[in-house]
Amino acid sequence: MSSQAARSGAATAGRIPAPKRPAGTLYRGREGMWSWVLHRITGTAIFFFLLVHILDTSLIRLDAAAYDAVIGTYKTPIMGLGELALVAAIGLHALNGLRVIAIDFTQWGVKHQRLMFWIAIALWVVLMLGFAPRHLMHVFGGE
Amino acid sequence: MTTIEAPRSRPTRRRGVNWEKWGWLYMRFSGILLVVLIFGHLLVNLFLGDGVSAIDFAFVAGKLADPFWIVWDTLLLWLALIHGANGMRTLTNDYARGKLRVVLLVLLAGATVVLLVLGTLVLTTFDPCIGDSTVDALIEACAAQ
Ligand code: HEM
Repeated sequence: MSSQAARSGAATAGRIPAPKRPAGTLYRGREGMWSWVLHRITGTAIFFFLLVHILDTSLIRLDAAAYDAVIGTYKTPIMGLGELALVAAIGLHALNGLRVIAIDFTQWGVKHQRLMFWIAIALWVVLMLGFAPRHLMHVFGGE
Repeated sequence: MTTIEAPRSRPTRRRGVNWEKWGWLYMRFSGILLVVLIFGHLLVNLFLGDGVSAIDFAFVAGKLADPFWIVWDTLLLWLALIHGANGMRTLTNDYARGKLRVVLLVLLAGATVVLLVLGTLVLTTFDPCIGDSTVDALIEACAAQ
Protein backbone atom coordinates (compact mmCIF):
# COMPACT_ATOMS: atom_id res chain seq x y z
CA MET A 1 0.00 0.00 0.00
CA SER A 2 2.92 2.29 0.60
CA SER A 3 4.17 1.84 -2.96
CA GLN A 4 0.75 2.80 -4.29
CA ALA A 5 0.81 5.99 -2.31
CA ALA A 6 4.28 6.68 -3.66
CA ARG A 7 3.15 6.18 -7.25
CA SER A 8 0.06 8.38 -7.01
CA GLY A 9 2.19 10.98 -5.23
CA ALA A 10 4.66 10.96 -8.12
CA ALA A 11 1.84 11.10 -10.69
CA THR A 12 0.53 14.38 -9.32
CA ALA A 13 4.01 15.85 -9.19
CA GLY A 14 4.34 16.07 -13.00
CA ARG A 15 5.12 14.02 -16.08
CA ILE A 16 7.41 11.07 -15.73
CA PRO A 17 9.07 9.60 -18.84
CA ALA A 18 8.07 5.98 -19.44
CA PRO A 19 10.91 3.71 -18.34
CA LYS A 20 12.52 1.46 -20.97
CA ARG A 21 13.11 -1.34 -18.50
CA PRO A 22 11.05 -2.19 -15.42
CA ALA A 23 11.76 0.75 -13.17
CA GLY A 24 12.29 0.85 -9.45
CA THR A 25 9.39 1.41 -7.12
CA LEU A 26 9.44 1.79 -3.37
CA TYR A 27 10.25 -1.91 -3.08
CA ARG A 28 12.02 -2.80 -6.37
CA GLY A 29 15.61 -1.86 -6.99
CA ARG A 30 17.79 0.64 -5.18
CA GLU A 31 17.48 1.50 -1.49
CA GLY A 32 13.93 0.21 -1.09
CA MET A 33 14.82 -3.31 -2.17
CA TRP A 34 18.18 -3.56 -0.46
CA SER A 35 16.78 -2.32 2.83
CA TRP A 36 14.16 -5.07 2.55
CA VAL A 37 16.83 -7.70 1.81
CA LEU A 38 18.85 -6.53 4.81
CA HIS A 39 15.74 -6.48 6.98
CA ARG A 40 14.94 -10.11 6.11
CA ILE A 41 18.47 -11.41 6.62
CA THR A 42 19.00 -9.58 9.90
CA GLY A 43 15.53 -10.51 11.20
CA THR A 44 16.18 -14.20 10.48
CA ALA A 45 19.63 -14.13 12.07
CA ILE A 46 18.33 -12.43 15.21
CA PHE A 47 15.46 -14.93 15.45
CA PHE A 48 17.77 -17.95 15.45
CA PHE A 49 20.04 -16.29 17.99
CA LEU A 50 17.01 -15.62 20.18
CA LEU A 51 16.05 -19.33 20.13
CA VAL A 52 19.52 -20.30 21.38
CA HIS A 53 19.71 -17.38 23.80
CA ILE A 54 16.48 -18.33 25.61
CA LEU A 55 17.81 -21.88 26.00
CA ASP A 56 21.24 -20.88 27.34
CA THR A 57 19.75 -18.29 29.69
CA SER A 58 17.34 -20.89 31.06
CA LEU A 59 20.32 -22.65 32.66
CA ILE A 60 20.23 -19.83 35.24
CA ARG A 61 17.26 -21.61 36.81
CA LEU A 62 18.92 -25.04 36.94
CA ASP A 63 22.58 -24.76 37.82
CA ALA A 64 24.83 -21.78 38.54
CA ALA A 65 28.04 -23.53 37.46
CA ALA A 66 26.49 -24.72 34.20
CA TYR A 67 25.28 -21.21 33.47
CA ASP A 68 28.71 -19.74 34.14
CA ALA A 69 30.33 -22.34 31.89
CA VAL A 70 28.03 -21.60 28.98
CA ILE A 71 28.14 -17.84 29.37
CA GLY A 72 31.92 -18.20 29.56
CA THR A 73 31.90 -19.20 25.89
CA TYR A 74 30.30 -15.83 25.13
CA LYS A 75 33.56 -14.22 26.26
CA THR A 76 35.80 -16.07 23.78
CA PRO A 77 37.18 -14.16 20.76
CA ILE A 78 35.04 -15.97 18.19
CA MET A 79 31.82 -15.46 20.13
CA GLY A 80 32.90 -11.90 20.87
CA LEU A 81 33.02 -11.22 17.13
CA GLY A 82 29.67 -12.96 16.84
CA GLU A 83 28.22 -10.56 19.40
CA LEU A 84 29.57 -7.66 17.37
CA ALA A 85 27.80 -9.06 14.30
CA LEU A 86 24.64 -9.58 16.35
CA VAL A 87 24.59 -5.98 17.57
CA ALA A 88 25.27 -4.82 14.00
CA ALA A 89 22.31 -6.91 12.76
CA ILE A 90 19.98 -5.69 15.51
CA GLY A 91 21.05 -2.08 14.95
CA LEU A 92 20.30 -2.28 11.22
CA HIS A 93 17.00 -4.12 11.74
CA ALA A 94 15.83 -1.70 14.43
CA LEU A 95 16.76 1.49 12.55
CA ASN A 96 15.32 0.24 9.27
CA GLY A 97 12.27 -1.05 11.15
CA LEU A 98 11.59 2.47 12.40
CA ARG A 99 11.95 3.64 8.79
CA VAL A 100 9.41 1.04 7.63
CA ILE A 101 7.01 2.19 10.34
CA ALA A 102 7.40 5.84 9.28
CA ILE A 103 6.76 4.85 5.63
CA ASP A 104 3.66 2.84 6.51
CA PHE A 105 2.04 5.39 8.79
CA THR A 106 3.01 8.79 7.38
CA GLN A 107 2.93 10.57 4.01
CA TRP A 108 6.17 12.22 4.97
CA GLY A 109 7.81 8.82 5.38
CA VAL A 110 6.78 7.67 1.90
CA LYS A 111 8.23 10.80 0.39
CA HIS A 112 11.52 10.62 2.24
CA GLN A 113 12.02 6.85 2.40
CA ARG A 114 15.28 7.01 0.45
CA LEU A 115 16.73 9.75 2.63
CA MET A 116 15.65 7.82 5.72
CA PHE A 117 17.53 4.75 4.52
CA TRP A 118 20.77 6.72 4.46
CA ILE A 119 19.97 8.35 7.79
CA ALA A 120 19.49 4.85 9.22
CA ILE A 121 22.85 3.78 7.78
CA ALA A 122 24.54 6.87 9.22
CA LEU A 123 23.04 6.28 12.68
CA TRP A 124 24.07 2.65 12.43
CA VAL A 125 27.68 3.63 11.70
CA VAL A 126 27.65 5.93 14.75
CA LEU A 127 26.16 3.15 16.87
CA MET A 128 28.83 0.69 15.77
CA LEU A 129 31.65 3.19 16.26
CA GLY A 130 30.41 3.66 19.82
CA PHE A 131 29.96 -0.03 20.56
CA ALA A 132 32.71 -1.87 18.68
CA PRO A 133 35.88 -0.48 20.37
CA ARG A 134 34.48 -0.91 23.87
CA HIS A 135 33.17 -4.40 23.20
CA LEU A 136 36.39 -5.52 21.51
CA MET A 137 38.31 -4.25 24.54
CA HIS A 138 36.11 -6.36 26.81
CA VAL A 139 36.65 -9.41 24.64
CA PHE A 140 40.31 -9.06 23.70
CA GLY A 141 41.54 -6.82 26.52
CA GLY A 142 42.16 -9.77 28.82
CA GLU A 143 40.72 -9.78 32.29
CA MET B 1 -1.06 -20.68 -3.93
CA THR B 2 -2.38 -17.19 -3.49
CA THR B 3 -1.69 -14.82 -6.33
CA ILE B 4 -1.18 -11.10 -6.02
CA GLU B 5 -4.25 -9.23 -7.26
CA ALA B 6 -4.01 -6.56 -9.94
CA PRO B 7 -3.11 -3.10 -8.66
CA ARG B 8 -6.10 -1.06 -7.46
CA SER B 9 -8.49 -4.00 -7.68
CA ARG B 10 -11.38 -3.79 -5.22
CA PRO B 11 -10.44 -5.06 -1.79
CA THR B 12 -12.27 -8.27 -1.00
CA ARG B 13 -13.51 -8.15 2.58
CA ARG B 14 -14.07 -11.49 4.16
CA ARG B 15 -16.12 -11.85 7.29
CA GLY B 16 -14.53 -12.43 10.65
CA VAL B 17 -11.42 -11.11 12.35
CA ASN B 18 -8.79 -9.81 9.95
CA TRP B 19 -5.83 -11.62 11.53
CA GLU B 20 -3.35 -10.52 8.90
CA LYS B 21 -4.11 -6.90 9.69
CA TRP B 22 -3.57 -7.45 13.41
CA GLY B 23 -0.33 -9.30 12.68
CA TRP B 24 0.80 -6.43 10.48
CA LEU B 25 -0.02 -3.90 13.22
CA TYR B 26 1.64 -6.10 15.85
CA MET B 27 4.93 -6.10 13.90
CA ARG B 28 4.95 -2.32 13.97
CA PHE B 29 3.85 -1.66 17.54
CA SER B 30 6.00 -4.40 19.03
CA GLY B 31 8.88 -3.03 16.91
CA ILE B 32 8.64 0.37 18.59
CA LEU B 33 8.57 -1.17 22.07
CA LEU B 34 11.41 -3.54 21.17
CA VAL B 35 13.70 -0.65 20.28
CA VAL B 36 13.50 0.48 23.92
CA LEU B 37 13.55 -3.01 25.44
CA ILE B 38 16.41 -4.39 23.31
CA PHE B 39 18.69 -1.38 23.48
CA GLY B 40 18.14 -1.15 27.24
CA HIS B 41 19.00 -4.86 27.48
CA LEU B 42 22.15 -4.46 25.38
CA LEU B 43 23.20 -1.29 27.19
CA VAL B 44 23.08 -2.85 30.65
CA ASN B 45 24.40 -6.32 29.75
CA LEU B 46 26.88 -5.63 26.95
CA PHE B 47 27.99 -2.00 27.22
CA LEU B 48 27.93 -0.53 30.72
CA GLY B 49 30.33 -1.78 33.39
CA ASP B 50 32.58 -4.53 32.07
CA GLY B 51 30.25 -5.55 29.27
CA VAL B 52 30.20 -9.21 28.35
CA SER B 53 33.08 -10.09 30.69
CA ALA B 54 30.93 -9.19 33.71
CA ILE B 55 28.10 -11.62 32.96
CA ASP B 56 27.83 -14.64 35.25
CA PHE B 57 25.31 -16.18 37.63
CA ALA B 58 25.84 -13.48 40.26
CA PHE B 59 25.31 -10.70 37.72
CA VAL B 60 22.00 -12.15 36.57
CA ALA B 61 20.89 -12.97 40.12
CA GLY B 62 21.55 -9.35 41.05
CA LYS B 63 19.40 -8.13 38.19
CA LEU B 64 16.57 -10.57 38.83
CA ALA B 65 16.44 -9.54 42.50
CA ASP B 66 14.75 -6.41 41.17
CA PRO B 67 11.15 -6.88 39.94
CA PHE B 68 11.83 -4.12 37.41
CA TRP B 69 14.13 -6.43 35.43
CA ILE B 70 11.78 -9.39 35.74
CA VAL B 71 9.04 -7.32 34.11
CA TRP B 72 11.50 -5.94 31.53
CA ASP B 73 12.82 -9.38 30.58
CA THR B 74 9.35 -10.92 30.45
CA LEU B 75 8.12 -8.19 28.10
CA LEU B 76 11.26 -8.62 26.00
CA LEU B 77 10.76 -12.39 25.83
CA TRP B 78 7.14 -12.23 24.69
CA LEU B 79 7.34 -9.25 22.37
CA ALA B 80 10.59 -10.30 20.64
CA LEU B 81 9.78 -13.99 20.28
CA ILE B 82 6.29 -13.41 18.89
CA HIS B 83 7.58 -10.64 16.60
CA GLY B 84 10.37 -12.87 15.33
CA ALA B 85 8.11 -15.90 14.94
CA ASN B 86 5.49 -13.93 13.05
CA GLY B 87 8.24 -12.56 10.80
CA MET B 88 9.53 -16.10 10.18
CA ARG B 89 5.95 -17.10 9.32
CA THR B 90 6.02 -14.49 6.56
CA LEU B 91 9.30 -15.89 5.23
CA THR B 92 8.01 -19.45 5.40
CA ASN B 93 4.89 -18.46 3.44
CA ASP B 94 7.10 -16.72 0.88
CA TYR B 95 9.67 -19.45 0.28
CA ALA B 96 8.16 -22.84 1.21
CA ARG B 97 5.43 -24.70 -0.65
CA GLY B 98 3.03 -27.54 0.04
CA LYS B 99 3.76 -30.01 2.79
CA LEU B 100 7.13 -28.51 3.66
CA ARG B 101 5.45 -25.18 4.39
CA VAL B 102 2.96 -26.77 6.77
CA VAL B 103 5.68 -28.75 8.55
CA LEU B 104 7.82 -25.65 8.98
CA LEU B 105 4.89 -23.62 10.29
CA VAL B 106 4.03 -26.30 12.83
CA LEU B 107 7.67 -26.50 13.98
CA LEU B 108 7.80 -22.72 14.24
CA ALA B 109 4.63 -22.52 16.32
CA GLY B 110 5.77 -25.41 18.53
CA ALA B 111 9.21 -23.92 19.20
CA THR B 112 7.66 -20.54 19.95
CA VAL B 113 5.16 -21.89 22.48
CA VAL B 114 7.76 -24.09 24.21
CA LEU B 115 10.26 -21.23 24.52
CA LEU B 116 7.62 -18.77 25.74
CA VAL B 117 6.60 -21.18 28.50
CA LEU B 118 10.20 -22.08 29.37
CA GLY B 119 11.37 -18.46 29.48
CA THR B 120 8.40 -17.32 31.53
CA LEU B 121 8.90 -20.15 34.04
CA VAL B 122 12.58 -19.31 34.42
CA LEU B 123 11.81 -15.65 35.04
CA THR B 124 8.99 -16.26 37.50
CA THR B 125 10.52 -19.12 39.51
CA PHE B 126 14.15 -17.97 39.55
CA ASP B 127 15.98 -19.03 42.74
CA PRO B 128 19.03 -16.87 43.61
CA CYS B 129 20.15 -19.35 46.28
CA ILE B 130 21.29 -22.14 43.92
CA GLY B 131 24.55 -20.25 43.33
CA ASP B 132 26.92 -17.66 44.77
CA SER B 133 25.71 -14.12 44.77
CA THR B 134 27.43 -10.76 45.11
CA VAL B 135 24.45 -8.75 46.36
CA ASP B 136 24.57 -8.48 50.19
CA ALA B 137 20.80 -8.70 50.63
CA LEU B 138 20.73 -11.90 48.55
CA ILE B 139 23.64 -13.48 50.44
CA GLU B 140 21.87 -12.82 53.75
CA ALA B 141 18.50 -14.03 52.51
CA CYS B 142 20.00 -17.26 51.17
CA ALA B 143 22.07 -17.84 54.33
CA ALA B 144 18.90 -17.49 56.41
CA GLN B 145 17.20 -20.30 54.51
C1 HEM C 1 14.71 -3.69 17.61
C2 HEM C 1 13.46 -3.45 17.32
C3 HEM C 1 12.76 -4.01 16.10
C4 HEM C 1 12.08 -3.25 15.20
C5 HEM C 1 11.87 -1.73 15.22
C6 HEM C 1 11.55 -4.16 14.21
C7 HEM C 1 10.73 -3.77 13.15
C8 HEM C 1 10.19 -4.63 12.23
C9 HEM C 1 9.14 -4.30 11.28
C10 HEM C 1 8.47 -2.94 11.15
C11 HEM C 1 8.91 -5.41 10.53
C12 HEM C 1 7.89 -5.56 9.41
C13 HEM C 1 8.52 -5.40 8.08
C14 HEM C 1 7.52 -5.60 6.96
O1 HEM C 1 6.37 -6.00 7.20
O2 HEM C 1 7.92 -5.36 5.82
C15 HEM C 1 9.81 -6.45 11.00
C16 HEM C 1 9.91 -7.70 10.44
C17 HEM C 1 10.65 -8.73 10.97
N1 HEM C 1 11.35 -8.72 12.16
FE1 HEM C 1 11.65 -7.08 13.31
N2 HEM C 1 11.94 -5.44 14.50
C18 HEM C 1 12.69 -5.41 15.67
C19 HEM C 1 13.24 -6.50 16.33
C20 HEM C 1 13.24 -7.81 15.85
C21 HEM C 1 13.74 -8.97 16.56
C22 HEM C 1 14.34 -8.95 17.97
C23 HEM C 1 13.57 -10.06 15.74
C24 HEM C 1 13.93 -11.52 15.97
C25 HEM C 1 13.61 -12.16 17.04
C26 HEM C 1 12.97 -9.58 14.52
C27 HEM C 1 12.66 -10.38 13.43
C28 HEM C 1 11.92 -9.98 12.34
C29 HEM C 1 11.61 -10.81 11.21
C30 HEM C 1 12.05 -12.26 11.00
C31 HEM C 1 10.81 -10.03 10.34
C32 HEM C 1 10.20 -10.45 8.99
C33 HEM C 1 10.98 -9.86 7.87
C34 HEM C 1 10.22 -9.84 6.56
O3 HEM C 1 8.99 -10.07 6.55
O4 HEM C 1 10.85 -9.55 5.54
N3 HEM C 1 12.77 -8.22 14.63
N4 HEM C 1 10.57 -5.96 12.04
